[in-house]
Amino acid sequence: MSAGNALTRSVPWRGTAWAMGKLGLSGRTLVIAIPMLWLLVFFLAPFFVLGRISLAEAIIARPPFTPLFDRAPDGSLEIIASLENFRFLIEDALYRNAYLSSIRIALVATIFALLIGYPIAYYIARAPEPRRTILLLMVILPFWTSFLLRVYAWMGFLRSNGVINNTLISLGIIDAPLRMLQTDFAVYIGIVYTYLPFMILPLYANLTKLDGALLEASSDLGASPMVTFFTITLPLSLPGIVAGSMLVFIPAIGEYVIPALLGGPDTLMIGRVLWDEFFSSRDWPVASAVAIVMLFLVVAPIMWLQSIQNRRGMD
Amino acid sequence: MRGWFLPMAVALGFIFLYAPIVSLVVFSFNESRLVTVWGGFSTRWYGELLRDRQILGSAWVSLQVAFWSANLAVIVGTLGAFVLTRFNRFTGRLLLTGMITAPLVMPEVITGLSLLLLFVSMELTLGWPAGRGLTTIVIAHTTFCAAFVAVIAQSRLRQMDESLEEAARDLGAGPVRVFFDITLPVITPALVAGWLLAFTLSLDDLVIASFVSGPGASTLPMVIFSKVRLGVSPDVNALATIIIGFVLIAVLIAGWLMRRALRRGFQ
Repeated sequence: MSAGNALTRSVPWRGTAWAMGKLGLSGRTLVIAIPMLWLLVFFLAPFFVLGRISLAEAIIARPPFTPLFDRAPDGSLEIIASLENFRFLIEDALYRNAYLSSIRIALVATIFALLIGYPIAYYIARAPEPRRTILLLMVILPFWTSFLLRVYAWMGFLRSNGVINNTLISLGIIDAPLRMLQTDFAVYIGIVYTYLPFMILPLYANLTKLDGALLEASSDLGASPMVTFFTITLPLSLPGIVAGSMLVFIPAIGEYVIPALLGGPDTLMIGRVLWDEFFSSRDWPVASAVAIVMLFLVVAPIMWLQSIQNRRGMD
Repeated sequence: MRGWFLPMAVALGFIFLYAPIVSLVVFSFNESRLVTVWGGFSTRWYGELLRDRQILGSAWVSLQVAFWSANLAVIVGTLGAFVLTRFNRFTGRLLLTGMITAPLVMPEVITGLSLLLLFVSMELTLGWPAGRGLTTIVIAHTTFCAAFVAVIAQSRLRQMDESLEEAARDLGAGPVRVFFDITLPVITPALVAGWLLAFTLSLDDLVIASFVSGPGASTLPMVIFSKVRLGVSPDVNALATIIIGFVLIAVLIAGWLMRRALRRGFQ
């Protein structure tokens, strides 16, 4: 007997079906309801709570914020909400700088990831079959090991008595160790290293579809490999470049672990500011306000772009 | 892009990818406490790791969280993908489409903070979840892992030949039988891939777990992070080597199974 048959004939199944029929619910409704309810409660509702607490004030209590509703002295219900936290974010240059420098750091890292990832993706796309799969696997393999430990590996590499400095000193290239850990440079390396597979895979997918006949035609007509690359390959791979860049840029903006472990005390990134506001200052309302602003500045444009792409994909 | 430039760039790229991992493994066998100065071969850090109750305990917490999150994420993600690919019209379709993909682009700090605030508010008004710990981490991980499962399941459901399902329906099978006897077996490889991805993502997560966990439940990444923040420590290298070893073995087994399946397919 098949699994489906056994299931539909079982007593608990029939009982449930009968009870649902009595309640006027169809199986279809139930199937829709499970993912719908889960996401409404655990994905959408949290944003309303976030918005509500961003309007509260921090107090020393459990939980550490003022309630939204309160009893006024005359017994009527009062709504306590203020935009104080948002005014604070606008007036304090720290937050503005953190937003701007997150975008700058993510942008620079994305460009480096593109410059390093493009040749690799191109080479893999052109490689003959057994080698191609092996190289592709080698690109993905580090992704399956712990992200935290990969960032940690760079700490040992970049430290003043780390592998790079020790090698350079023993080769006689430098006399004193270079300061690399706790700089923006280390943050760029961390982001590029972590998200390189996300750049390579869409580029590779795009470049394998490239029609070899176009390249042949171009070289037959006398174009140098350089000219062929810049006039044919590069423009045709633009969708791959855009997809890969988005996949690096988006997660890089909100990154916390990389600036916390590799960056210096002056490496400002908005994810780190939010974390410190929550865990160190224990100011939940300001942390919520930072998250709301981040949502509007970072996530909203991305979702808007995605919805445009989806609409284009459907037409 | 011919001649020496391309192979050289690729070689440098792969050195960039693998050099830190290789050095991590090499220095895990270092006698010296200084992680980057070679003091002779030794396995003492592995011994120390196995005696570290905090790390072992948190590893157990992480494995439990990852197991339950992956299971729940496969259920929620597959149902979401199924509903979106097979039911053309229902109320809230657009909402579900948005909610199921949005966790993919949501910064972890926002997901973590907003879920924590939800749990705190729910505890105040409903009395559940009482405190934070394993349950709240599992719920949080399920939500973001379900998005990844849904993407994988959706692409498989779209590719799948729907005439199989139609044929079963024409032969008199009800929707439940069609799902369990036709759809599910066809998409199982995608669900296994989704489960493994969810398991790995959950095992790897630091930020979301830090927000929603309570004092009793520290996951492995949380313990590693608090150790690593104070500087490099050799027992973390030993732990990294063990994890890399597990991943390598898993990849080799998966590769071997795939090759065997391919060879069978040809015969």
